[in-house]
Amino acid sequence: MGKNETIKVALVGNPNTGKTSLFNQLTGLNQKVGNYPGITVEKKTGISKLDKNTSATIVDLPGTYSINPNTLDENIVLRTLLDNNHVDYPDVIVVVADIENIKRNLLIFSQIKDLQIPTILAINMSDQLEKKGISIDIETLKKALKTEVILISARKNIGIDSLKKAILNCNFLNTKPLAVISDRIDADFFRKIKEKFPDQHLYQSWLNITQAENLNILKGDEKKAVQEFRKDGEKLKALQHKETILRYKQINDILKKSYKRDISKGTDLRSKLDKILTHKYYGYIIFGLILFVIFQSVFDLATVPMDFIDEAFAKLSNWTKGVMPGGKFTDLITEGVIPGIGGIVIFIPQIAILFLFVAILEETGYMSRVVFLMDKIMRKYGMSGKSVVPLISGTACAIPAIMAARNINGWKERLITILVTPFTTCSARLPVYAIIIALIIPQKRFLGIFSLQGLTLLTLYIIGFASALFSGYLLHKFLKVKSSSFFVIEMPNYKLPSLKNTFITVLEKTKEFVFGAGKIILAISIILWFLASNGPSDFKNAEEILKSESVNQNIDSDEYKQQLASYKLEHSYIGIMGKSIEPIIKPMGYDWKIGIALISSFAAREVFVGTLATIYSVGNNDENNTTIKQRMAAEINPETGGKQFNFPSGMSLLVFYAFAMQCMGTLAIVKRETNSWKWPLLQLFGMGILAYIAAFITYTFLS
Amino acid sequence: MTTTIANLKVGERGVIEDLDFDNIPLILLEMGCLPGIEVELIQIAPLQDPLYIRVNDSHLAIRKETAKHITIKKF
Ligand SMILES: Nc1nc2c(ncn2[C@@H]2O[C@H](COP(=O)(O)OP(=O)(O)OP(=O)(O)O)[C@@H](O)[C@H]2O)c(=O)[nH]1
Ligand SMILES: [Mg+2]
Repeated sequence: MGKNETIKVALVGNPNTGKTSLFNQLTGLNQKVGNYPGITVEKKTGISKLDKNTSATIVDLPGTYSINPNTLDENIVLRTLLDNNHVDYPDVIVVVADIENIKRNLLIFSQIKDLQIPTILAINMSDQLEKKGISIDIETLKKALKTEVILISARKNIGIDSLKKAILNCNFLNTKPLAVISDRIDADFFRKIKEKFPDQHLYQSWLNITQAENLNILKGDEKKAVQEFRKDGEKLKALQHKETILRYKQINDILKKSYKRDISKGTDLRSKLDKILTHKYYGYIIFGLILFVIFQSVFDLATVPMDFIDEAFAKLSNWTKGVMPGGKFTDLITEGVIPGIGGIVIFIPQIAILFLFVAILEETGYMSRVVFLMDKIMRKYGMSGKSVVPLISGTACAIPAIMAARNINGWKERLITILVTPFTTCSARLPVYAIIIALIIPQKRFLGIFSLQGLTLLTLYIIGFASALFSGYLLHKFLKVKSSSFFVIEMPNYKLPSLKNTFITVLEKTKEFVFGAGKIILAISIILWFLASNGPSDFKNAEEILKSESVNQNIDSDEYKQQLASYKLEHSYIGIMGKSIEPIIKPMGYDWKIGIALISSFAAREVFVGTLATIYSVGNNDENNTTIKQRMAAEINPETGGKQFNFPSGMSLLVFYAFAMQCMGTLAIVKRETNSWKWPLLQLFGMGILAYIAAFITYTFLS
Repeated sequence: MTTTIANLKVGERGVIEDLDFDNIPLILLEMGCLPGIEVELIQIAPLQDPLYIRVNDSHLAIRKETAKHITIKKF
């Protein structure tokens, strides 16, 4: 290799073989390492220094069992490797296999090798060879597979240097196809293909033909020629089956000479744990308990840091007000920016705890058992066992949850999962729930153990899941979309979660959420502050109007100041907006101030609390009520003279937030994942109407 | 005795004889579910579906509707 060259490397292989772990070893960059098959949703690239002058650009591709894709994720692999003009088209492919499933791992190796790109086989987890009673004859394998084969351990950093050396020398690798099987599949048919596409490798043409609908890279004459070969779909399918059988035959012959396994070793832990965790009663009980523990700890563990954050930001705001010179800019900081940031920071504890649990469930391999337990149940609601993962992740945030639906095989099952996931109680709803529950539910215990507030929250979670299932059922019945669904999942071995991996996952996800949603929240906080502290003529002339209305007012009294502040808010731009929707929201028990918060919630739910904080801090000069909660509790409904946040209106708000689709981020992701505006609009209006009706009924019934 | 995977009891094993290719996704073959390969039924999900099998050193869960299209010769 010459000076300062970069070699493009693609990591390919079955799920859970350690591609991401190897990627981290090679690049030093860290990213998600999971145990649930197919955890790598996005493509990850990194740089690895091979020697003084040469470095490698490494792409970590999603795990796949075959080059023929079954999910969107797997499609990335096919598209990268089949398109010579693709930015990530590699100079060399490293197929990562693991010692235990080598036979199955070699299937994709044999397909990749036939693409005639230089290919290296890295057999991972060599640290476990002895424990599992496995011996592999590398030299024999090398000869049989016609390329470099290297034993590595990504976890223990074994063999990585030899792998780097092999990548450096990739130009000398043999690129002959492994399986010259075309003759044995259908010699005649394949000869015709070769005649039509003389410049392509035969296997490349074969994939262009069989995977045309997943590729979309062909144009003009080539496309027409491909269509010609696709006429007989049944025949193609039969040939694909034959191809797979022949490949396995060859693999078996090769492994007979090079791979030995003492089956008396290992597998004990798996069967013992499986007996309990997928047991017909214990299985569900354990799963239910785990969910209960998750939700209980989210609420109980998180309240302490949340109260602290709430108080701290209130103090910071007051302190800043004291030290900065009075004026518009100070107001922007103390009434717009600081409460806005506080509204973001406050739910970091809850998100972190949720992501921690989800990461552990995936890392240990337990999540696949949940999928197994839940499949039959979920099918009734138009989904698959795999939908459990998005639905649970949805309790953290619907955005990554909807992306996790990518590895669901059938389009209909996937679509329904995407559509109903926003019903699950995401952490953006938690600040809203938390504050309203704290206001309207007494801090008592039920039967001496369960806190009433905790139980209310649990009920809201259950409402979230139940409405997801129920709407799934309706969609299943009434949605007419064509799709063939099937269900094949791997049940991975149980593993102890690595502390480092879990920590990184939680950190990354929390950061992503805070900065992603945070930008929207902060921007809206500032816009709101502006709309609340500006207005048309009534706003500008507030002082004169008030003075002329009440002749003998002492303009220095607190009473007057408060009157002025609330008069101004009422006549500000945002007050006008809130008032204009008041007639619509009144049946649910809300006033125009809540109306303002509802409007801003349409960007993201969590803005609700921050908005009310902004509104009440503008309209309230009472020094004693400094936290958001205290201010909300003090708020009086001018019409009834009672508290604004009482039981009926509070419950109605809880119900409204449980159902309404109020998250721009989610709508954008649904548009991207479904490739159509139809589905996000269905969510927006369907869930909105449901929320309105349910909140109306709740309020009317309770008051 | 010839039967299908769907009729196996927990712990029973057999050798795959035939697969009804029209009703079986290619991926199942690609994971090693092929004629001549040994299968063991490890567990049945509590609601009788899906089935947890070991085949070709892989541990897989498949639905009954798929399993009934895989003919085996029981040991
Ligand atoms: N014992 C052992 N475990 C390993 C080794 N390499 C990776 N693992 C573990 O194998 C599991 C899967 O590793 P990943 O790196 O996430 O695998 P992946 O191929 O990226 O998986 P997908 O992204 O799902 O396709 C993790 O629990 C790793 O800690 C190794 O060399 N030895
Ligand atoms: Mg990965």
